[in-house]
This record gives sequence, C-alpha cells and structure tokens, in this order.
Amino acid sequence: MSGAEKIAVTVTDIVPLNALVTRFEFKRADGGLLPTFSGGAHTVVEMEDGAITRLNPYSLMSDPMDQTAYTISVRRDDEGRGGSMFMHQSVKVGDEMTISYPVNLFSLDLRAKKHLFLAGGIGITPFLAQIKQLERFNGNWELHYACRSEALGSYVDELTSHHPNETHIYYDDQNQAIDLVNLLDGQPLGTHVYVCGPKGMIEWVRKTADGEGWPREAVHYEEFLAPQPGKPFEVKLAVSNKVIQVGEQESLLEAMEREGVDAPYLCRGGACGQCETRVIDYTGNFIHRDHWLEDDEHASGEKIMPCVSRFEGKTLVLDR
Amino acid sequence: MTKFTFPESIRSRPVYGTLEARKGAAHLLIADAHGAEAILDVATPEMMAKAHIIYIPKGEAFEGKLRALKPAQFYAGPSYEAAESRIQKAFEDAKMGLQVYLTGTEGLMGQAQHAAMQAGIPHTAIQTEHRGSVARRMQCVHCKGITEDVETDPFVCAHCGLNLFVRDHYSRRLAAYQGVCIDAEDPGNVPEAKGIYE
Repeated sequence: MSGAEKIAVTVTDIVPLNALVTRFEFKRADGGLLPTFSGGAHTVVEMEDGAITRLNPYSLMSDPMDQTAYTISVRRDDEGRGGSMFMHQSVKVGDEMTISYPVNLFSLDLRAKKHLFLAGGIGITPFLAQIKQLERFNGNWELHYACRSEALGSYVDELTSHHPNETHIYYDDQNQAIDLVNLLDGQPLGTHVYVCGPKGMIEWVRKTADGEGWPREAVHYEEFLAPQPGKPFEVKLAVSNKVIQVGEQESLLEAMEREGVDAPYLCRGGACGQCETRVIDYTGNFIHRDHWLEDDEHASGEKIMPCVSRFEGKTLVLDR
Repeated sequence: MTKFTFPESIRSRPVYGTLEARKGAAHLLIADAHGAEAILDVATPEMMAKAHIIYIPKGEAFEGKLRALKPAQFYAGPSYEAAESRIQKAFEDAKMGLQVYLTGTEGLMGQAQHAAMQAGIPHTAIQTEHRGSVARRMQCVHCKGITEDVETDPFVCAHCGLNLFVRDHYSRRLAAYQGVCIDAEDPGNVPEAKGIYE
C-alpha cells in the first residue's frame, strides 16, 4: 500500500476559530500514544465522503513532543473540491477517522543560527509546531505573520501573548505589509528563512531573498497545492494494463487509486516528488502544476506528477 | 602552471569550480599564493567596493596587484594560523547576503570553508577555485596530528613519524584528507615516495 503508514484515530475536539478556520483534535482510537514528529510535518487525513475517499494533507500544529493528541487547523475553501467543506460540515466529535504517520517536507534546518518565519493566512500552522519545538531548547526565532484582518487572524492572540517579542502581525485590511527587503537586510549570518502561505507570497520571498544574495539552501518554503479540476481525459497505464478515465473533479492519482492501482504518493500536493511517473507516450499537452519537477523536465514530456498535474489531448501512456 | 585538473575520484573528494561574481551585501575573499590570480579574474569594481580580501602570499608577489583592486578592506598575513582570528571576526560580524570566495591551495580552502560553515553558511553556497600547489593538508588517522602541504605519497607524519598513505577520503569537519599507515603489517616495507598525482 502506498503512502505513509496509517493510524486509526478518534476526533476528540472541534473548535471553530473564526469564520473560516476550525481546529480538529485527534487521539489514537486504541488509546495508545501517537508518534512524536518534527515541526513542519503534515498528516494526510482520509475522508470517507460518500462514494469518494478524499486524502488531504494538513500541517500538524500541536507540540511535536505531545504524544497524546494531534491537532490540525482547516481553512474552509468554498471554491475547492470539497475536502475542507467535508471537515467543516460532516466531521463530528467521536467520529473514527484514519490519518497517516507524520511526514515532514518542511523541517527546520537545525544548523541555522536563527529561524525567520514568514506566514500568510492559514500558512501559520506548521510554524505553530516549529515554535513549540524551538522553545524547548531556547531556539532563536522570529515570526512575521500576515493575515487578512483581525477577525481572521487565527492564533494571533496566543502568539502575541506567549511570544510578544518574537511575533509581528500584519493586517491586510489595515494596509500593513511585511517590509521584506529591510527585514532580510542585516539578518545575522546563518539565518534561515521559512515561508508558508499563498503561492504569490512564496514566490515573492524566494525572489527577494535571491536578489539579496541569500543562498538557496537557507530559504525554505511549503505550499500544498490542491488538485484543480479540469477536462476529463483518458490514460493508458502500461504496467497495470488498464485504460482509465480521469474525471473532471478528480486528480490523475485519485483516478488510479479508484481503479485499484497502487500508485506511490506522500504529500498529494505537488511538493514531495514521491508520485513522479514516467511518460511512455503522449499526443497532446501536459498541464503541469507541481513544483517538484524542473522547468526543463516539464518541457520534456517525459515525466508527470499525477497528484496535481493533468493532461489534455489524444493519448497518454504512463509507466505505472 | 597554476591550474590543475584533478583526476576523477571518490565522492568524498572535494570538487572545486571557477569563481563567479554574485550579487551580495558584502564579499569576503580568502586566498593564498596563486589564488590571487583567481581573485584578479573575478574582481569587479562594484564587488571590490564591498569586498574584504584576506591573503596569505606564501612567497608569491601578488600583494600589490590585489591592493590595486582597491577592496574596501585588505589584509595580508604570513600564515592561515596568523589570519585565523581575523577570519573568525569577519564571519562573526557578517550579515546574510555575504558572498564567500575561497581560492588557492586545498588546505586554505578547506580551513576557510570550515570556518564559514561554523558561521552558518551552507557549504554548497561557498564558492571555491583551486589555484597553485596541489599539496594537501593531511590528518594522520593514528595520532590525529595534521601535516600541512604534503606533496608526496607516501609521506612521514610530522607528529608520530609513521609512514602514511595519502587517501582521497576527505573530512570537511577537519578540513583534511586522511593518511593511513602504509607499512603496518610489514614494518619498513615502504614504497618509494612520489608526487601525489604521478
């Protein structure tokens, strides 16, 4: 079976934080302890939504050393494919669910002399766990957190009351913005910057840091892409000897899973590289949406990331 | 000849490149002997306005040419050990955006790379270019003593006197290659010493 190992859990608490974000707490269904993890890790939550099984990754935000429970925060996406709506509307305290072992694609570089965190909106969640991890050994960190408004500023109160000197909040509706060039300028040697938020914010930080002469290795980012709907298409799977249809609302990876093909995955968001699949033949155009493959690999027509990328055209044959 | 193409080797062996001018808030250039030539090749007036050159001439006459580049700061010293406290201070005071350029012998680049890594710069973000002597900085794996500027294989450990075989196994932590006793099983049976790349 692909993906990380599974854990059967019970939903033990649901706390709406504001108009968009709700927090969920999970405990092991067998009463045992959960594995510890490292700040920045996510879990893939399985949702049995009628006939559809949804697998969505969410950053763990609880204390990485707390083995009694995991918490995640889910932002409702009314335009999305339905995973966050399912969590908000259908999940109740006491429900049994399945989550994956923690997987970390956004870990702290513990060689850093200082950790500079930049969060946009719900992108705050991995930092909540990383801050708890760093606080255990008196780590040197600073948070700059941009939110839409005071009403939508998840965890702002908690952060500003526990860490008043390290936390800096910016509200879009009050025309406050992170002064990035000045923030990066003068940071002590050995500082690493971490950004989690919307795509535009990640690109802005990466580009600005590069322009200021920051090494690539000192710039860390995480962006989960949700698979986007698109035109249905047909795929031939050469190894499984199957021809399958990818529907408008499902990803290529989900279509393979529906047909019983054991395709590898971890993040399901175009970041980890686990689902990389070789293209044997194609006539048509790829719609690459991942940020795993390099630009020349996207152009080569030799590889596709089935978790987020799609295809439009006559034939697509994959080595799966 | 100040440029040398090292033969292909194991993964442990460092690979050096060619210095290129990068954008940055400040530039720290550390060189010995013929490394000065690589600095002369890469220097631009724009870079020099924000540059600190630390140079160990080792008997080569490049100091005047380097000074003529008009770097913001210039230091020449008799040995790496003598320059070490200045290098340390340069890293302590540095901010993110610093670009590091190391050039000259492997021993110089290795030690300065170690200092840069300790200061928090990822080793892959440090530029290096080999120039001049192909001598190595060797650690005796038996007594742990370091012998500088080793030109032959085998060689005699400057500390414990064992006959050591020159390996390509390198330690970034020690900034040295490993030297292993060549006649442990048959003492006195030591092959004739020749140049490392002969």
